[in-house]
Order: sequence, then structure tokens, then C-alpha cells
Amino acid sequence: MASPLRREDVAKVAKLARLSLSEAELDEFTAQLGQVLEHANDIAALDLDGVVATAHPFGLINVVRADVLRPSLSRDDVLAMAPDAQDGRFAVPRILGEAP
Amino acid sequence: MRSALDIARDVRSGATTAESEMATSLAAIRAKNDELNVFLFIDEEGAIDAARRVDERVTRGEDVGALAGVPIALKDNLCQTGVPTTAGSKILNGWRPPYSATVVERVLGAGAVPMGKTNMDEFAMGSSTETSAFGPTRNPLNVERVPGGSSGGSASAVAADMTPISLGSDTGGSIRQPAALCGLVGVKPTYGLVSRYGLIAFASSLDQIGPFAKNVADAAALLEVIAGHDPMDSTSLPEPSPSLLAHVNDGIAGARVGLVRELFDGADDEVVAEVERAASALRDAGATIVELSVPELHLGLSAYYLIAPAEASSNLARYDGVRYGLRVDAEDVAAMNEATRTAGFGAEVKRRIMLGTYALSAGYYDAYYGQALKVRTQLIDAFRRAYRVADVLLGATAPSVAFALGEKTADPMAMYLSDVFTIPTNLAGDAAISVPFGTGHDGLPIGVQLLGPGRSEAGLFAAARVLELADGRS
Repeated sequence: MASPLRREDVAKVAKLARLSLSEAELDEFTAQLGQVLEHANDIAALDLDGVVATAHPFGLINVVRADVLRPSLSRDDVLAMAPDAQDGRFAVPRILGEAP
Repeated sequence: MRSALDIARDVRSGATTAESEMATSLAAIRAKNDELNVFLFIDEEGAIDAARRVDERVTRGEDVGALAGVPIALKDNLCQTGVPTTAGSKILNGWRPPYSATVVERVLGAGAVPMGKTNMDEFAMGSSTETSAFGPTRNPLNVERVPGGSSGGSASAVAADMTPISLGSDTGGSIRQPAALCGLVGVKPTYGLVSRYGLIAFASSLDQIGPFAKNVADAAALLEVIAGHDPMDSTSLPEPSPSLLAHVNDGIAGARVGLVRELFDGADDEVVAEVERAASALRDAGATIVELSVPELHLGLSAYYLIAPAEASSNLARYDGVRYGLRVDAEDVAAMNEATRTAGFGAEVKRRIMLGTYALSAGYYDAYYGQALKVRTQLIDAFRRAYRVADVLLGATAPSVAFALGEKTADPMAMYLSDVFTIPTNLAGDAAISVPFGTGHDGLPIGVQLLGPGRSEAGLFAAARVLELADGRS
């Protein structure tokens, strides 16, 4: 069984999930997520050694199609939905920091 | 409002036109939408075009289809080309999909007339339609109550006689629970029976699209239209759509019905009483009632609230301000991602993303997500054993009638418990239907749930029809 959820765990998870939380939200979410995880301890505590995991109800098998060209969305239509585009590509703010 | 099948018959025969049926629906939507907040977008232009096309085909003597001229409402997580689609989230506000979901293509192909997009809990995460970024939907039967969720808009559209049928999606009960709370028939089809192509993903191994209707026959007709293999969904079952409408009046004589204690234990007394009355009605119609206990069902809720958030945390990673939807600018790309997601997602979505991220993170994966996947196996095995002694299982859909707006919003765990009877079916990938049966306090409807193994929809509709007749609806 896992140990109780701490405030710093929630802060770390928020960072991983690319969310910023206020101090008040951190407190609220720590309490609420802790409650859900406490409920989940009924299964965390079960001895399920040897039970096979099911990730998909009927067993997902990769499906492939023939590798032939067919119509798809136009690049212009797709880029028109983007917040920012440039030279036929999605545009984003800078990714790398300044050189030291 | 007349049934979908009556409208389609009269449109095909020329006794009415699609355009006049569309106008009736549009007038009802306009009259009630301000109060109920059912439609996030009313597609007046699209509806007029679709209706006129149907009428032209009728005039030319063409076979227009099973839903000829029938107005339909679409949950706002179903993509329709050029029609604003938000999934109830600010992060998609203003987005217009460049393609249509397979189910949308199929209802259009069958002659239905989409009237617009209905409100829902944000990304289908919720049981009351109160987590929508665009305000809650009210229950047309009592506007101080919730319609249930997450497909509360699609349920309310039918309950308020805005459209005779609608489409929702069910990940843990999001069709069946609002159907129960709004007095409708609602179906969670077998996983893979209906293509998910163009459905905005929440938890991909659990999501299924399904119908709402006022009666069993309309629900069967709509499911028959949307079901069947689709090469665009790799999880789609290989076979064509099954024959469902033709079996609605097959009855239940000789069938074994398992009355499952864990599927009504803890429900309000008035709900338990209706489940027992439903068992008697099925017995009177020639079924044998077998009392069953399936203790593994108790573990469903915990497994679900690890698996669904885990899948959601992965599915919702795509909302990063790069390719579509909201962007909140910041100095670098990581800060932009974070600012966008922080501003674009509501509290319930953030809770689930964090819960899922935590359940999948190093050190906790085995204890939570890994265990939940094993519990899923145990649940599937438990259902399989139950279906050796029963053809159909019977229980409650929701623990209570429609609850008050705001009653559970501050307590996520209380909200999650409203899906305790519906969740196991999604984990198993099986089929289930909620059918109205009796009423509780304040005259609010109660729904009972019929569950069957995968591909058992025809039998479930037949059993639901027996209950519909026993409850005094023709």
C-alpha cells in the first residue's frame, strides 16, 4: 500500500502535467486526490500476484492498412486551426534558452 | 414530441416534411434553451440544409434512410465538419473540426437532421454536467436538479422534447446515468460496436458512443444506424451493424435474469423497490430470476478512478497550445504549454489529469495503475461467471433520482459514487441499457439497468421493451 499523498507530491505531479497551481489549489487538490487514493487503497492492498493485467477489454491488436496514398486533410486546413503558423509549419515560442 | 420512427415513416411517405419537423424542433430549442442551457451551438443553417436535402431526396423517390427527417442532438465531443466543437472546455472554445465523426456521417446518411451540439461535463469528466466551462445544464423535469452527466445536454434535449433522439458518450455511465435521471432510454454499447473515430477521447479503452431516446424502439433504431465496422477505428469490431429493431418485441420468455445484489446495494430505498418491481415484471413475462452476488463489482469504482484518469492524462497531453485550440503566450514553449493548460482546463479536468499522472508515475505505477489493470481482469472474469448462470443482469442505474444543482460539486468522491453501478460494464467492455421504470420522490424518474455480455444488445432491447410495457408505456 502506498503512503498518503503529500502536498509536495501534488506539486510535483502538477509540474509533470504542465499545470501551475495556486497555494489554495495545492491544499484543495491534496485533500481531494488523497481521498480518491485512499478509496483506491482497497485495490492497492489486494494480493493479485499471477493475475494478468487487462489494458483493453477484448485484447487490442495492431491494425494496419495497405501502404497506399489516399486523400487526407490539407496542410492549409490544418494550419488554419493553429494558434500560430509560419512557412507551412506550426510556430511556437523559442524552445532553447540563450547560449551561455 | 412524436417518436423518431413515426417521424421517419411520415417523412418517407410524404405525410410530413423534414423541413417542418426541423422547424418544430428548432422552435422548441429556441423556447427552452436559455433556461436549460442544453445546446452550446444551435446549427440552424446546417439543420435547414440537411432537412432540405432529405426532402429533395424524398421528392425524387429515393430511399432516404431509417432516420429520414428526424432531428437529432449531438454531444459536443462529437466532431462535425465546420461546426464549433468544445467538449465543454475553454481550451477548445471556437475550434471547428476539419472532419466529421463516423457516427455523424452515419446519422446524416440515414437522413437525420443534426440540430446542434449539446452541453457536457468538460471532456466528459463528471456526472452532472456541472463541470462544463459553459455553465450547467438543468434537468427539464425539475430545473433545480441536475440532468446527470456527462452527457447531460443530450439527455435534456430529448427530455425537453427538443429532439426525439440524441447521441452521447459513455465512459463510466455518462449515457445511462443521465438517461435514468431524465426518464429516458440510454445505451452503452459493447466496446467496439460503434466507431470512436471523431469522438474527442477521454479514456480510450472505456469510451463508447450510444443513443438516447424516449422509447426502446427509437434507441434500437439509432444504435443500428451508428453501429458496425469502421476501418478508421482500430478498435472497431469486424462485423457489420447487428439487427436490433427487429428484435425489440422478442420478449424475455425462458431467459435467466440475474438480480445482482452489488448492483443496487447502497441505492435509495425507492430505487431498490423499483429494481425489485422490475424483477417481478420480467418474471411475469416468463423470465427466471436468479439472485446473484458478484463481490468483485465493489472494486470497479477504485479501478475506474485510476484507469480512466491515467488514460485521460495521456489523451489530454495533446492540448498544449501548438496545433489547435487555446494558446496563452509565454516566454518559452514550456511556459506557454503550462500557461495554456492552466487557463484552459477546469478544476475537475486538472484533478483527473493529476490523478492519472500520479497513478502512472514511477514508484506508484505498480501499486495503482498496475493493480487496477489486474482488477479489470478479475471483473471481466466475474462477469463471465455470472453470464454462465444468467443471460441478462438486472440492477439500478444510479443510486438516487436526480440530485440538486450544486449538491455534490464540492465533494468529488460523492460525485464519483453516483456512477458506482454503471462503471463495471465499461471496464468489462460489455453492453448495458438504462430504461425508465417508476418514479421516486417529487415524481422524478428512476432508471433500472439491464446488463449483458458483449454483443448482447438485441436481447437487452427486448428485455427493456418488456419493462417499458410493464411500466405502462406503449
